[in-house]
Amino acid sequence: MTALPLILTVFVACAVEAVEALTIVLAAGLTREWRSTFQGMAAALVALAAIVAVLGPTIALLPLTALRLVVGALLAIFGLQWLRKAILRATGYKSLHDEASAYLREVEAAKTAGLSSRGRVHDWYAFTLSFKGVLLEGLEVVFIVITFGASQHNVGAAVIGAAAAVLVVAVTGIAVRAPLARVPENAMKFAVGIMLTSFGIFWGAEGAGVSWPGQDVALLVLVPVVALASLGYTVLLLLPRRSPVTPAPEKVASS
Amino acid sequence: MRRLRSIAAFWYDFVIGDDWRVAVVVVAALALTAALVHAAGVNAWWLLPVCVFAALGWSLRRATRS
Repeated sequence: MTALPLILTVFVACAVEAVEALTIVLAAGLTREWRSTFQGMAAALVALAAIVAVLGPTIALLPLTALRLVVGALLAIFGLQWLRKAILRATGYKSLHDEASAYLREVEAAKTAGLSSRGRVHDWYAFTLSFKGVLLEGLEVVFIVITFGASQHNVGAAVIGAAAAVLVVAVTGIAVRAPLARVPENAMKFAVGIMLTSFGIFWGAEGAGVSWPGQDVALLVLVPVVALASLGYTVLLLLPRRSPVTPAPEKVASS
Repeated sequence: MRRLRSIAAFWYDFVIGDDWRVAVVVVAALALTAALVHAAGVNAWWLLPVCVFAALGWSLRRATRS
């Protein structure tokens, strides 16, 4: 299998999370101060890089069968979470993630918080807001980078996909100086959910001892089948309802 | 203790998410697949996809009915 599907999946997943992290960083930087915001962001990126550096090679030491069983199970569970949320949002049962309103919420909270400094950090609120935002959004990316990278014995390619996404989103964010509200987040999450679930099924079953018909080619069938099943569920939920649905509000700080 | 509890809650929400039943179905399907392959000699490649689609449908049905 080439590294391209790996890089593309990590790129899209990382871009979605980077857009959400950018919203928080912009709210902290534009409302409070940039220096402490950048310090918080840098601290979170160092923590995330350390997690990849430690866990990546460690998990790769596991025997391939056990690794694929564990990684497959985790990816299938994780991918189904993304798919479930994306389908519920696409069909109106859950509110769409709105970067513009998330930004306004963060700005309001940042305006009312008091100013306190600790050590070299002048504005502790801006630091922690930025640190927590980048770390929490980045953990999902780290999970995908490690599981995909280790299973393909190519953590480097996964890191390239993640770094490229962060770069693209950061440059775009700096250029427009506003939350990227026009990015089709739900469609991207839907696509990533399909990829995570497909790879999870493929590796999980292989880890359990299965031989896929056609070996790696089975994955090329599995991805469209998962996509069709997900679209089928979406269409079923969009069929005329007896009564209008009020979307469940979105949990703050969740993807 | 409170800190430990919040860390555990974070990881539960991170990995398992809104519906723990989905995780249970995936793990059970993998265990059954392994049992069929190693104990019965059946190459049950079809079992996990079927269980995953069923789990997703079941979870969506529960979410939209509640």
